[in-house]
Amino acid sequence: MRAARPISLPRSVGVLLLKDLLIEWRTRARLNALIFFALATLLLFSFAVGPDTKLLARNAGGYLWLALLFASVLALGESFRVEQENLTLDGLRLAPADARAIFLSKAVGNTLLLVALGTLLIPVMVALYGVQVVMGVGPFATTLVLGCMAISAPGTVYSAIASNARARDVLLPLLLFPLIIPALLASAKATQLVLQGDPMQQLGSWFGLLSGFNLIYWGVGFVLFPRVIED
Amino acid sequence: MHTVLQVLSTAAALASVGLGIFLGVKWAPPGSRYNARPILWGMTAVGVGLLVLGTWMGLVWTPPEREMGQVYRIIYVHVPAMWMSLLALVLNFCFCVAYLFKASWKKDAMAEASAEIGLLFGTYGLVLGSIWGKPTWGVYWDWDPRLTAMAIMLVTYVGYTALRRFVEDPEKRAVWSSVVGIISGINTPIVWQSVKWWRSLHQVQSTPKTVDPDMVLALRVNAWASLILLTLFLLHRYRIALATREAEVALPDALPPDATSGVSPPRGTPTEVL
Repeated sequence: MRAARPISLPRSVGVLLLKDLLIEWRTRARLNALIFFALATLLLFSFAVGPDTKLLARNAGGYLWLALLFASVLALGESFRVEQENLTLDGLRLAPADARAIFLSKAVGNTLLLVALGTLLIPVMVALYGVQVVMGVGPFATTLVLGCMAISAPGTVYSAIASNARARDVLLPLLLFPLIIPALLASAKATQLVLQGDPMQQLGSWFGLLSGFNLIYWGVGFVLFPRVIED
Repeated sequence: MHTVLQVLSTAAALASVGLGIFLGVKWAPPGSRYNARPILWGMTAVGVGLLVLGTWMGLVWTPPEREMGQVYRIIYVHVPAMWMSLLALVLNFCFCVAYLFKASWKKDAMAEASAEIGLLFGTYGLVLGSIWGKPTWGVYWDWDPRLTAMAIMLVTYVGYTALRRFVEDPEKRAVWSSVVGIISGINTPIVWQSVKWWRSLHQVQSTPKTVDPDMVLALRVNAWASLILLTLFLLHRYRIALATREAEVALPDALPPDATSGVSPPRGTPTEVL
């Protein structure tokens, strides 16, 4: 008999990601709740500001990212609750897989979820706020992916911590919101440029800031995550 | 006069802080066989003395500024407060990293102390800056990169201290707060560099190189006084944190034997230092 070999990192990430996506697809509870929550947020902004389409279109980038941020707290909070229910996190820790694979699969899963949500919100914004995607699909997709990655990496670390602490629903936004302000600012600015055109060629520098942010926090999360879930 | 005062204050402060760091941590823990009182009282005396001297120099001895007049004198408390805040938060980052490499309750207690004291000095400095902003800029608050970055950093550390209150298991709290401390610490260099990267309303950071020679000494004396007070606050908060941890970790041992039957005391790896 062969001794049990540790599974390689990319493979265990793939397996874990598939497991999470399968759970997500079979229940669809989280996805439905997120979509309606984000839609309600977008609608609420238009009530809070008033029916001034020009104003709404001018601030559309900020509203999109606030809606995604609020939805991400729900998504992140839920992503470890699944693992808590039947003590499956212990099972994952016992499996011959790297603990860092859990971080990567959760963070990638959350990114995918947020990107899907952002894609769904764009037609709604076109209808509600009258925005146009001037720069085309490519830059918009880049902004969306980079911004969602920036929310997901620190969010995954913090939701693993918060899901075990008291007052978890308070703790996650308290820790996460101040940390990702730079990423939120860059995403909102980049989205604004994508929606309204970029005559000054500023988009690249915001992408640079987002990429740097992602590089730092994905790296830190990857290194520190095993310490967070150790027993 | 300049040189003599400078050498004296530097020597006094260095000796005091050196004593604080090297002896105080050894002497200060509760239950230690050394008596920490003389050190703590000595540092208090030197710190308060320097503070009085610095206040006199800042208010009377230094000349008024050419454009701001007397208003600028708040620099002698605002700038040292911000330096001390950043220093304490850098210290927090170092102890968080050190804890993850080798766990000990002393490092955890030091991390807790430095985060709270850094938050205290930072909030104090931010309020002082706002008070300075009203007469010079015309507004209490401006969304300038330096101000924004500092405010964000303080809110991040509010989250850190909240985390410490929300986790009951001391060992998990130590590990998690170290992780959060490291992630939050990444902000500190951004705050320091923000005045250089995005030049706007806030002036470049005040250092002996950017401040007029007439004002450097007063700034230095006040900074040394703040440094001693910072060390003193850190030591007191560290002793409290360590005593709290000792009470938490050793609690089941303190109960009568029959009360703990079936309950194993929560002995963790970091307990060996107590």
